[in-house]
Amino acid sequence: MSRAIVEVKNLTKRFGDFTAVDGVSFDIRPGEILGLLGPNGAGKTTTIQMLLGLITPTAGSIHMFGLDLARHREEILGRVNFSSTYISMPYSLTVEENLRFVAKLYGMSDVARRIDEVVKKLEMEEFRSKVTRKLSSGQMSRLTLAKAILTEPKVLLLDEPTGSLDPDIAHKTRALLKDVRRSAGLSILYTSHNMREMEEMSDRIIFLQRGRIVAQGTAQEITNRFGKSDLEEVFLKLAREQ
Amino acid sequence: MKLHRIAALITRHLYLYKRSLPRLMEIFYWPFLDLVVWGFITVYLMRFQGQLPGAVTFFLGALILWDVLFRAQQGITISFLEEIWARNLMNLFASPLTPGEFLAATMAMSVFKVAAVSMVMVGAAWVFYSYNVFIIGLSLVPFVLNLILTGWIIGVLTTSLIMRFGQEAEVLAWGMVFLFQPISCVFYPLEVLPAWLQPVALANPAAHIFEGMRIIVNGGTLPVNHLVWAFGLNLVYFALMVGWFHRTFNACKERGLLVRVGE
Repeated sequence: MSRAIVEVKNLTKRFGDFTAVDGVSFDIRPGEILGLLGPNGAGKTTTIQMLLGLITPTAGSIHMFGLDLARHREEILGRVNFSSTYISMPYSLTVEENLRFVAKLYGMSDVARRIDEVVKKLEMEEFRSKVTRKLSSGQMSRLTLAKAILTEPKVLLLDEPTGSLDPDIAHKTRALLKDVRRSAGLSILYTSHNMREMEEMSDRIIFLQRGRIVAQGTAQEITNRFGKSDLEEVFLKLAREQ
Repeated sequence: MKLHRIAALITRHLYLYKRSLPRLMEIFYWPFLDLVVWGFITVYLMRFQGQLPGAVTFFLGALILWDVLFRAQQGITISFLEEIWARNLMNLFASPLTPGEFLAATMAMSVFKVAAVSMVMVGAAWVFYSYNVFIIGLSLVPFVLNLILTGWIIGVLTTSLIMRFGQEAEVLAWGMVFLFQPISCVFYPLEVLPAWLQPVALANPAAHIFEGMRIIVNGGTLPVNHLVWAFGLNLVYFALMVGWFHRTFNACKERGLLVRVGE
């Protein structure tokens, strides 16, 4: 197995007396999709925000591409992107203006061609000239996903990326992500509350509870370990034990 | 510091002005309204010119120059607020953009605002009141540059406070600069202030700028001492404020506030 592209060791985040993430360690290999699962407040979003350099860990280390995030923020974040149901893009700009802004921010060349490609892939032609304020929540999710893959990252952090998409677009988005993963060797950290989606998308899954890893392995390994028939039953069991 | 990232952020802010009437009003309407009100006051006071010391017309010049400082501050603070309102801070700071590049872009935006607002005000003062701000001459240039620097200092201070204290501090974007107005001696000379307040005012670069301008308008020569004091104080405060901004930025990342600012 090739060397991990993301290496997280003993990652801990404390806010006063509250420990949001408690000694979490994992890695992501090139081209792998790692699912991050857990109930609300388990520490998934805090973990992703630490991986993006938005929150400083209390302890532990994050290495990507063999570099320490604390010391090589710019080099690392230029090759990483993210999408989340909980973020937005500037409302007063059109979809195309937003994408152009992101492309310039990441210093991309051949911006127009790349925007055309992404717009086509995510079926955004009909609203590419629309002001972002007027987008539906599904269209907004596609825009944030578009901005994430536009910059051709090597690591993608996706926090509930299909959360507000209809089943058809959600299905197409998953297919697109798998395709991008295959063609670009993209490594993905993926969170979702849709257990079927997690089973379909993830090569491995980490189950977080109260900031700690309580289970990890393939979906099959985790369900077997807990003696359940699927991931949803495992989720309910663990979540209700809280 | 990468120029393409600064340019990207400037472009993003300039896009906003393409189709936003309120943002255009901020540049064209409010400064114009200010000028009209102060213009009438000046016209009224000029009737008593003989009874009042100094040049009453300095009010209009002072107003235009105060707006330079005000817009320079707003250019920084409002640019930051725009990112909060658009929930775009995460997108920015999860990218390779550094806090220094962010500040540089907002400073460039403030220069754009100052230039646009100044053109409107200088033109309107000329057309409606036959007031020519350029009577001050070439010495206007170093004074204006110093005012922009002072505006940036207040802008960075305000932005840091909003980042640290969130939504409840947003009102400072419009109010903070007026905290400094009484000790900036914009419309009155330093000697009007009580004796205990004068040293405080002299620690404010803006007071040196407006005192110096008054000397020129009253026919004096370029007051180099005021200019040197203003520039020296500006440099010290600017270095301190940028340092404090970085410190606040890191503290917000420690406390998880950066991802929650504006909530």
